[in-house]
Order: sequence, then structure tokens, then C-alpha cells
Amino acid sequence: MKVLVPVKRVLDYNLKVRVKPDQSGVDLSNLKMSMNPFCEIAVEEAVRLKEKGAATEIVAVSIGPDQAQETIRTALAMGADRGILVKADAEMEPLAVAKILEAVVAEEAPGLVILGKQAIDDDSNQTGQMLAALLDWPQATFASQITLDGGKATVVREVDGGLQTVAVELPAVVTTDLRLNEPRYASLPNIMKAKKKPIDLKTPADYGVDAAPRLQVVKVTEPPKRQGGAKVKTVDELVDKLKNEAGVL
Amino acid sequence: MAVLVIAEHDNASLKEATAKVVAAAKAIGGDVDVLVAGHNAAPAAQAAAKLDGVRKVLHADGQSLAKQLAEALDALVTPLMTGYDAVLFPASTSGKNAAPRIAARLDVMQISGVIGVLGPDLFVRPIYAGNAILTVRATDAKKVLTVQPTAFKAVGGGGEAPVETIAAPAGPFKAAFVAEELSKSDRPELTGAKRVVSGGRALGSEAEFKAVIEPLADRLGAAVGASRAAVDAGYAPNDYQVGQTGKVVAPELYVAVGISGAIQHLAGMKDSKIIVAINKDEEAPIFQIADYGLVADYKTAVPELMAALTKAGV
Ligand SMILES: Cc1cc2nc3c(=O)[nH]c(=O)nc-3n(C[C@H](O)[C@H](O)[C@H](O)COP(=O)(O)OP(=O)(O)OC[C@H]3O[C@@H](n4cnc5c(N)ncnc54)[C@H](O)[C@@H]3O)c2cc1C
Ligand SMILES: Nc1ncnc2c1ncn2[C@@H]1O[C@H](COP(=O)(O)O)[C@@H](O)[C@H]1O
Repeated sequence: MKVLVPVKRVLDYNLKVRVKPDQSGVDLSNLKMSMNPFCEIAVEEAVRLKEKGAATEIVAVSIGPDQAQETIRTALAMGADRGILVKADAEMEPLAVAKILEAVVAEEAPGLVILGKQAIDDDSNQTGQMLAALLDWPQATFASQITLDGGKATVVREVDGGLQTVAVELPAVVTTDLRLNEPRYASLPNIMKAKKKPIDLKTPADYGVDAAPRLQVVKVTEPPKRQGGAKVKTVDELVDKLKNEAGVL
Repeated sequence: MAVLVIAEHDNASLKEATAKVVAAAKAIGGDVDVLVAGHNAAPAAQAAAKLDGVRKVLHADGQSLAKQLAEALDALVTPLMTGYDAVLFPASTSGKNAAPRIAARLDVMQISGVIGVLGPDLFVRPIYAGNAILTVRATDAKKVLTVQPTAFKAVGGGGEAPVETIAAPAGPFKAAFVAEELSKSDRPELTGAKRVVSGGRALGSEAEFKAVIEPLADRLGAAVGASRAAVDAGYAPNDYQVGQTGKVVAPELYVAVGISGAIQHLAGMKDSKIIVAINKDEEAPIFQIADYGLVADYKTAVPELMAALTKAGV
């Protein structure tokens, strides 16, 4: 079974974003970019499925600028077999990404697509669910455990009340939550090997997808600043202030 | 203009989040209907009928909706959308799961985690863990939103909307519920709680988390939360995680014990009214946003706090 893993290049999770003074967006220039952490978890899961013999080939796909090739290389170094870069310089909305992925799925015919549950830049949490809808496949989002048996996947999901287990017929879409696994670091030999693995270059037009945005950015602003930083010396002072100053007790 | 709100409920009762999403729907304008999709969910439908400003409640009841899986909600809600201009889900795990599926069916770009409604097509939402705030205009004819309930004030009760029964989708679907393991607790529900006590990596073990965080929470009548580090280490269950990729809370009082204050954690709690931080490292970033920071070892500070609360008659 082939596994498709969409990976997104995002601002590194350690960094704090700067809002542009003209409110047109965020300033990413000269900031370190990395693979979205939830996508790393998706790649790791696919590699483990392959190591267990449940998957035969892993294809990593990214929709983004030329530099998204680095993100694909990271996936290849972790153990993916080949990559597809769908070149797009403008930021793509999840609906457009899902439509491109739908076309990639039509070409590649994977049995499973594993995505991150959320990209930590746009915080949309949409693409996997949208892809499942477009393909008319079942979905298992926020996965913390995936077990493949026969024609189905049994997935434990992290939900508001605790954990929920669902069984989905394959082919299916799964999105990863934090507890699914701990992604490996690529070893130096594997990074070297990854350089020789093939990456196909495509464009949205190759797939006949109209990627025009549906949302117009009106402005991007700084969040309201919180007045914090006050300290108390003792627990008694804390209780007194909570009671008499803040009035929350 | 007609807006459909998807109710958050557990069949037996309606969740407070629903009343907050109805408030967001009213800000869009037009008639507001609420859909209760469940199994044996009449009590939830009746509660929804009492929400102020609701035109009618649609109640779909059947086995296929018992767990509100996305495939069944899609089969139910997508055809209903011929009669609505917008559909609003709470940004719960259930809403986040189903809404994008329906948006894609309608060929609409969804707007996630809405914290402000400025007009029928103008919405505000956080991006980058809340470090930037985006205002967007939606150009699609129909709108699909998930709404951050903590950002809206719940509508009141006293309404008397009619309840209309509609058919549940028959299925079968390609996804099936197998089992669930829900946290059982008598404490208030985390996302709607007035007070929250959260513990971090400092607690060191599940036993210590239970021995320190839970009694303080119970003393304050608070819900219990945790940082990702505490959840990953197994000190607390996954559904306690507060943050960018966990739950968003905005209580009157948030007490962070042994939590450093990473941006991913702050994203889930920085809209709390009063933030208390107990941390032994005075450089911990949590102190920058705390209203009351106590530089102390929690091992002594928390028992002292319990005693001081008693002394102060709280
Ligand atoms: C993709 C992604 C998503 C994430 N999502 C979330 C999320 O939703 N929520 C979240 O919380 N995190 C999230 N994180 C993790 C986040 O980056 C931090 O790693 C995490 O919040 C740290 O948890 P912590 O503060 O408990 O641990 P630490 O950062 O290790 O802090 C522990 C603190 O305890 C203090 N301490 C130690 N001993 C004592 C003592 N005896 N008394 C008092 N204080 C003491 C220390 O001084 C320290 O400040 C995410 C990370 C990634 C990459
Ligand atoms: N531009 C992209 N290229 C590849 N995968 C993407 C892209 N955008 C989103 N995804 C996938 O969809 C997941 C969820 O993203 P989002 O819906 O934007 O929060 C990510 O973790 C990726 O797996």
C-alpha cells in the first residue's frame, strides 16, 4: 500500500512572528522555516508503517515555493521514498491545497493519506477533512494511534472528552495529533541518501486546479498587549490581592 | 439571511458553547436556527429551544448520529445548506472535525476559530498561535465558520423556539464508532470553567499532579488543565491540554503551576481575566503575562496557598 504524506513548510515553532507595520501580513524574511511539526509526526507514522511492512512506498508532497523542496528533503531523509513539489509562491488556502491533493491522489492512488491536524502558521485545521470530503473517503482526525488490519484502519482519536476509537475503511484520510509518535531525527547517511531521491516538479495548473483565494486579507494586526509582570512576595499577599484587588475569589 | 448553528451536546444535555456560538450567529444577522444532531437527544433539543433569539430548532435523531461522526454530519448538514447562508460550528474537536468536510462539499473556504464577527462576511481570527490577528473578508456565497466560544458572551434563556424533527441520515458510512474512553470528573468542564488550575512539567509524575493540582482545583471549584509537556509525560490526560493545539480557555482565574509559558501554551489561556503563575524560575516567560506572579517552589507554595485560602475564608 502506498502512503501519501502532505508536508507544509512553516515558520519554525520556536520563533515568534512579527506583524508588518502596514498590517498587510506577517514578516517572515530571514526567519528560520521548518516542516510543520504535525507533518513530521505524519511522516514518522508513514515510515513506521513501512518498517512494519504495512506500507510499501511513501510519497511526500508539498505545495509551496521552491524552498519547500527542503521540507520534502527532510521527509525523504526521515524515510519517505520520493517527493512531489507543487510550486506555488502565494500562500495557498486549505481548500486549494485539498483540491491539488485530490488530483495528486487521483494520479498516485495511495491507500492512506496522513496529514498533520493543523499547520502552526494559519492554524486552520481543515485540509485533511476537506481532502476526505473531495475524495468521498472516510476520515479519522487527531489520531493518537493507528492500526491497519485488512481493508481498514482502526484509529484512536484525541477528542474533547478523552479518547475515541473509530474504524475507517481504506482508502482513508488520517490527521495526526501530538501523541501519535515522536518523530526521529534524520541521520547523516540518510540525509545524504535523500539527496538522490527523486522530487517531481509540478504546478497547480498541471492538475487543472483553480487556486484563487476565497478569503481577502483585510488586515493583520498585533494581538492586544496584556498588562502583566506584577509579582507578589508571599502566598498571603497573593490571596489578599486575588480577593480584594482582582475580586476573583 | 438565515444562519444555522450546530449544537454542541452529549445528547443528554446542551453544552454552554452552543449559547456562545448562537451569539456569534446573531452578530452575523438574520434568522438563527440550531441543529441538534444526535441519538436520544430530545433533552438537548429542548434546551436549545430555550436559547434567546433562536427561530427554530432542527432535531435529527438516530443511531447514525449518536457520536456525531463527520461522515454522518456531512450527509445531514450539506443538503440542509440550500436553505442557509452560513453555518457555524463551535471550535470543539467535533466541530473542527466536521466543519471542513462540509465546507469542501459546498466548495467554500472555511474560516476557523473565529473570535470576532464584524459583519455578515467580515471575520476576525487568530493565526500563529495568537501572535497575529487576522481580519478577513469571505467572498464565497455561503460561509462556513468554526467559532471560538470563549470569545463570545452566551445568549440568555427564556426563548420558546419550536422544535422541528428532521430525518437522520441512514448510512452506512465508511467510518464507524468503535469505543471511547472519556475522562470522568465532577469538576466543571475545562473550556467553560470560571476557574482553571493547570499543572506543567514541574509536577514530575502523575501521582504528584493528582496530589497537588487536583486538590487546589477542587478547593477553588476549578477545572484542571495541563501543559503539553505534562500531558506528553502522562501526568495528565490528553483532554486537559491547554494551548494552540489543545483547548482554549478564558476563565476569570487561571492558575499556572510549574508551567514555563511557551507561546503554544499562552495561545490557549492568555485571554483569561486574571492569571496567576507559580514558578521557581523568576525568568520564566509566564511571568510576563501573569497579573500575579509568585516566584516559589510549588511544593511549598501550593500547600501554603491551600491554607491561606482557608484562613481568608474562601
Ligand atoms: C506543534 C506544537 C504544538 C504545541 N502545542 C502546545 C499546546 O497546545 N499547549 C502547551 O502547553 N504546549 C504546547 N506545545 C509545547 C510548548 O512548546 C512547551 O514545550 C510546553 O508548553 C512546555 O510545558 P511546561 O511549561 O509544562 O514545561 P517546561 O517548559 O519544561 O516548564 C516547566 C516549568 O516549571 C518550572 N519549575 C520546575 N520545578 C518547579 C518547582 N518545583 N516549583 C515551581 N516551578 C518549577 C520551571 O522553572 C519551568 O519554567 C506545543 C509544541 C509544539 C511544537
Ligand atoms: N501547502 C501545503 N503543502 C502540503 N501540505 C499541506 C499544505 N497546507 C496544509 N497541508 C497539510 O494539511 C495539514 C493541515 O493544515 P491546515 O489545514 O492548513 O491547518 C498540514 O499539517 C499538512 O499535512
